[in-house]
Amino acid sequence: MFAAATIAAVVLASTTGEVLTAAAMKSIGDLDIIRAKSGMKGAIRAVLTSPLFFIGVFFLAVAFFSLLFALNHLNLSLVAPASASLTLVTNAVAGKIFLKENVDRRRWAAAVLVCVGVYLLAH
Amino acid sequence: MAQHRLLPRQYLILGLVAVCAPLGDSCLSRGMTAMPSISLAHPAGLIAAVFTPWIAAGIALLIGFFASYLTALSWADLTFVLPATAIGNVIVELLSKFWLHETISLERWAGVVLITLGVSFVAQGPALTQHPVPQLEESLSEEPVSTGVQPR
Repeated sequence: MFAAATIAAVVLASTTGEVLTAAAMKSIGDLDIIRAKSGMKGAIRAVLTSPLFFIGVFFLAVAFFSLLFALNHLNLSLVAPASASLTLVTNAVAGKIFLKENVDRRRWAAAVLVCVGVYLLAH
Repeated sequence: MAQHRLLPRQYLILGLVAVCAPLGDSCLSRGMTAMPSISLAHPAGLIAAVFTPWIAAGIALLIGFFASYLTALSWADLTFVLPATAIGNVIVELLSKFWLHETISLERWAGVVLITLGVSFVAQGPALTQHPVPQLEESLSEEPVSTGVQPR
């Protein structure tokens, strides 16, 4: 129960942060193109002037410290794959709902495979 | 969904995402397992952990991961970029077994295989969803964009 709650905290904070960060990066545009036009400083400025980016980073920081806490109590070989894989599934759902990404049958099938894999990892 | 092919340089960025994350996680694990147990009643111990060598090295690798990750998110879907870390699961298991000397059961190996299968399956699809109008950008912009066309 403790392991599940700890991993769930990592996944929830990570999903929120990643969706917000992805939304920020999509609104900024292709960094390679920005860097070609305005140089590295221009690309860094484009990222650092996005408020949405900082909100996403805040949640990613929460996820990071949750991960540190989890690693202090649980094995890396459980925490890292379980949190990363569960985050993949929750991000597929969040990506479809909030980012309007085309999560097709292939991506949903992958989510099912990942869920089974996570069960086996935690078994 | 239109096919969106990636350039070799973009595959290199995805490779950095996949490699830097598990290496950083392994450094964090190495550092945190060497530390005394930290309770929620004394969270300041987590801050102090940041300044230990293994945790600092882990953070440096995770900064490299984050820079690559942000670049990838600027030209590919979140649900495409995340599978790039799938191979990272295999790397973590290998590092856990051969570096941290943790015991990896057959069930966990099977789990890693299924996860890798799933994410490599999804990675074969298009990298980017093409939207006719950037809906999210519009809804998130602070000021409405003037199109010069009056609504009817």
